[in-house]
Amino acid sequence: MTRPLTLFDKLWTPHEILKADNGLSLMWVDRHYVHEGSFQGFDKVEARGEKVARPDLTFGIADHYVPTYSRNRPIADPSLANMVRQIQENTAKHGIMLMGLDDPRQGIVHVVGPEQGLTIPGLLIVCGDSHTATHGALGSIAIGIGASEVSHVLLTQTFWQKKPKRMRVTVDGRCGPGIGAKDIALSIIAKIGTNGAQGHAVEYAGRAIRALTMEGRLTLCNLAIEAGARTGMVAPDETTYAYVKGRPFAPKGADFDRAVAVWQQLPSDPDAEFDTEVSLDASAIAPVVTWGTSPEDTLPIDGAVPDPAQLDDPARAQQVQGALDYMGLSPRQKLTDIRVDRVFIGSCTNARIEDLRAAAAVLSGRKAKVPGLVSAGSTMVKHQAEQEGLDKIFTEAGLTWAESGCSMCLGLNGDIVPPGERCASTTNRNFRGRQGPGARTHLMSPAMVAAAAVTGHLADVRPMLAGRA
Amino acid sequence: MQQFKMQPFKKLDGVAVSLRRDNVDTDQVIPARYLKVPRAEGLGDTLFRDLRYDANGNLRPDFPLNDPARKGVSVLIGRKNFGVGSSREAAVYALVDYGIRCVVATSFGDIFAGNAVNNGLVAAIVTAEDIEKLLSAVEQTGRAEVDLEEQTIKSGNYVVPFTIDPARKVRLLNGWDDLDLTKQYAREIEAFAAKDKAARPWAVPAG
Ligand code: SF4
Repeated sequence: MTRPLTLFDKLWTPHEILKADNGLSLMWVDRHYVHEGSFQGFDKVEARGEKVARPDLTFGIADHYVPTYSRNRPIADPSLANMVRQIQENTAKHGIMLMGLDDPRQGIVHVVGPEQGLTIPGLLIVCGDSHTATHGALGSIAIGIGASEVSHVLLTQTFWQKKPKRMRVTVDGRCGPGIGAKDIALSIIAKIGTNGAQGHAVEYAGRAIRALTMEGRLTLCNLAIEAGARTGMVAPDETTYAYVKGRPFAPKGADFDRAVAVWQQLPSDPDAEFDTEVSLDASAIAPVVTWGTSPEDTLPIDGAVPDPAQLDDPARAQQVQGALDYMGLSPRQKLTDIRVDRVFIGSCTNARIEDLRAAAAVLSGRKAKVPGLVSAGSTMVKHQAEQEGLDKIFTEAGLTWAESGCSMCLGLNGDIVPPGERCASTTNRNFRGRQGPGARTHLMSPAMVAAAAVTGHLADVRPMLAGRA
Repeated sequence: MQQFKMQPFKKLDGVAVSLRRDNVDTDQVIPARYLKVPRAEGLGDTLFRDLRYDANGNLRPDFPLNDPARKGVSVLIGRKNFGVGSSREAAVYALVDYGIRCVVATSFGDIFAGNAVNNGLVAAIVTAEDIEKLLSAVEQTGRAEVDLEEQTIKSGNYVVPFTIDPARKVRLLNGWDDLDLTKQYAREIEAFAAKDKAARPWAVPAG
């Protein structure tokens, strides 16, 4: 009798090189993604005067600092140009493949990895970026790391980890129309809090998860980090194999079949035990938005801003009051009464083709009341959207159609929300100043952002979908 | 490889500041626009930049770190879930470059806690009850004593125990860089890689 194992256990063991006396495991890394922000990791390699151990397993991408306009001209801001140059130089020096500014495969690292078939099931993937958990959607362990760890992986292709605990989040039932992976993910965070999954590897399971497309699963796992998780995962299945098959870096022919045979063994055994179990009923999930400055500040769109005076915990009341002051909201204000100044559709959370289609389905034949920016998750997604005519829908609605990059998710490239302005955004963090100093961010799904664009305030997208998509 | 050793941490008796906030995310610790600053330039001045300064670049007198009596701070008492969010190690650089060597909270973001140990910063976990007492004590005394070996923090007459991962504690006490540790396993890594290549041929990128 072998002990029943979870997906996570089955992924962890083949990557564990050894377990040291201090309880930490030395883990083998199959893929290491680096971007402009990884320069500090490369600087440490430089300081040691050593070489990158496995350039063939390291992949460079320019996303965090790239311009979203006028790509045919040199980058005007020298400090931004320098960031893009550094990743070019660092990858060239160490013989690492780069999907740089002019590469047709360029895009946000967490969109490009799966899109290129670099991210497949059964791997251990790291990247110096917290949203690395995204890649777990294919049934891999994907962990965000800091700069010191980046240099450690560059130098050894390994890193030290304490084995996380296992959590299963089961979402059974069926989502109503107009409800997407973003609504599921934010509802989970609202339920367990931003540290609810701390120290855990989360497996998302249940009928509603199985029903999600690959794009939806990527959105879901992307937001695992906002619940504090070390990583998020979905067990691979037919949806996964169909997505992976034929992608440029994915196994081919007989190799693919052999890989699938291995991947089919990965799902958690029926009686596998988890340290923590959480469950949600999909049919009870409404379209949600955030009102505050933490992703856990999530409410169904028909709700109202909380009133600190009605909270028992004084610390929490103070926290809520601080968030309301920053966000410029009053207690008990109806969420649908909150007017927005602009919208943003983009980021590694919600800028894949399906996200753009969902937003376009709402915007088609309608005009936006506020300005907005649409930045596809990758250059490939951008081209596909253009082939489908989605760009026209966005521009005819009055939104700006831009090149791909991290853009207004954190504003490094200059795409920022001006101080005091309110933005309905498909991104992942509504932290103070995340989209620019003084910026006020409301997180929601692409369809809900489109609804906010059309109405000029936070709005329930469902009535707007009547007779559409 | 002496030059890669970090400064060991044993005991610290220094100026302390209370920051009564939950969920202090790393975007608040260091705003993203400073992430391109090379470490060599020092990131201390970017620490809590948008909390310490107003939009016109003036110091906000009500922000605890701006209290003139708390110059030279080395211990920061936070609350719940400190260092959540972005993996930016620059958040730890900013704290360390400002002079802070110990942050106390009831919980930390996972990646932040990992980054902290890689830079000799102690991320000490205390209970929800103790943190409130510690916050108040520090507001009065302005100082705290941290003893990593004993895992205690003292402020005035008040002493609280803290927890920290034992492996991290050993590294901090000795100032060990984990790369040097890893290099001792070079042979194991090589053997693993060879075996793995044969066992999982599909795991290397095709194309
Ligand atoms: S889109 Fe935003 S969250 Fe995603 S990798 Fe870029 S900056 Fe990070």
